[in-house]
Amino acid sequence: MSAPGSFSKPSWIGSGTMILDIFLTVSKGIGLTLYITAASLFFGGIVGLFLAAGAQSRFALLRLAVAAYVNVVRVIPPITWLFLIYFGLPQFALKLSTLEAAIVGFSVIASAFMAEIYRSGLLSIPVGQREAAHALGMGQLTTARWVITPQAFRVALPAIATYAIGLLKDSALASTIGVHEITYFAQQSAKQLHQGLLSFALAGALYIILSLVIAVISRRIHVRLRQKTGVA
Amino acid sequence: MSFLNDWIAWLPQLGPGVAISLQLTGMALFFGFPFGLLLAAMAESRLATLRWISFLIVEVGRGLPALVLLYLLYFSLPDMGVILTSMTTAVIALSWNAGAYASEYFRAGLSAVPRGQKEAALTSGFSRWTGFRLVILPQALRISTPPLAGLAVLVFQGSALAFVIAVPELMSKAYEISSMTFRYLSVFSLTAIVYGLITWLFLALVKLLEVRLSRHLV
Repeated sequence: MSAPGSFSKPSWIGSGTMILDIFLTVSKGIGLTLYITAASLFFGGIVGLFLAAGAQSRFALLRLAVAAYVNVVRVIPPITWLFLIYFGLPQFALKLSTLEAAIVGFSVIASAFMAEIYRSGLLSIPVGQREAAHALGMGQLTTARWVITPQAFRVALPAIATYAIGLLKDSALASTIGVHEITYFAQQSAKQLHQGLLSFALAGALYIILSLVIAVISRRIHVRLRQKTGVA
Repeated sequence: MSFLNDWIAWLPQLGPGVAISLQLTGMALFFGFPFGLLLAAMAESRLATLRWISFLIVEVGRGLPALVLLYLLYFSLPDMGVILTSMTTAVIALSWNAGAYASEYFRAGLSAVPRGQKEAALTSGFSRWTGFRLVILPQALRISTPPLAGLAVLVFQGSALAFVIAVPELMSKAYEISSMTFRYLSVFSLTAIVYGLITWLFLALVKLLEVRLSRHLV
């Protein structure tokens, strides 16, 4: 805080070197932010595949179980999930590090959302495709692997990218259990340097830039897939 | 079933937290939705400045994680001489966040109303404002309502974030109990169930609303 009566600019604006200082501190968190996002999307994406397959099952009980899982995961706020996993699981002697807990938590959440995204992707594939594959003598697995999945993936990609961006922003919650990602470092510099506005504005800018990067990459992949499959 | 006894003992302590969570959600929606409508109207304005201001507010509100937005206000406003309670700060942050998302739904609703409606209103002698209020807006709102109701559910879940700036809502109460009893798993399971049940109730209402609003479409 500047002394009363002095004519220096307000302290919350900050000087050039300070901005650089804070930027260097906050950007130390980029690695773990991306790591949590990518790992959770990966594990959630795989579990989501099984869930989506289960939702298509002939067994009503399995379909019901999947629907219940997806609903239960989604009605509980992410921060509650993280606390439940990080603070709660050690009582089962399952002690996770903060990073592991964050990845487990976000993977659980991502699996439910990814399952829904896959499901809507699958719904967009005409029944004729399955029938045609069957008529050509393809087995169920071969059809799923070579006919349905590539088409469904192309349809689901934009939704996956949107979800990835949402997950990137949700990963900020990992700071509440002490993972050293962007928001964590922003909080550190906000407290140590009394530069709350700058620290969190820079952190926010980083999130927006990373979101844009994800959006651009997914757009590229989408265009390439379109060219490869030769559809509009 | 010893955990059930714990839960029965803890529920009265969580109760006030639930009230604060609902209050926070209600206020964020009360300020956020009209703010979103204003932002949507600004985005359609003829003045480029207004469009830019709307764009900036919306992109910051949607692009930043709600948690970062919350911290941003909480740590920077006092430095600028604005001293607010943590509850007020949380209401502002969540309203901003909700308003930014809501503005997109309002815009989608407004752009779904056929142009002819506006022209018809003008030819019928309505002024621009009256035509907007009596002809365009009611039709747009019917389209925007289901996604807005869905957003309300998300705002309720987002209210749990206010825990980080010490608003005494459900999550804070849960943390308080757990750090006194060390029964983390049990406390947070109960908290998850409370959040889950309220969200479920909200979602059921949303579904009911959707059915009612689309009655005439069948």
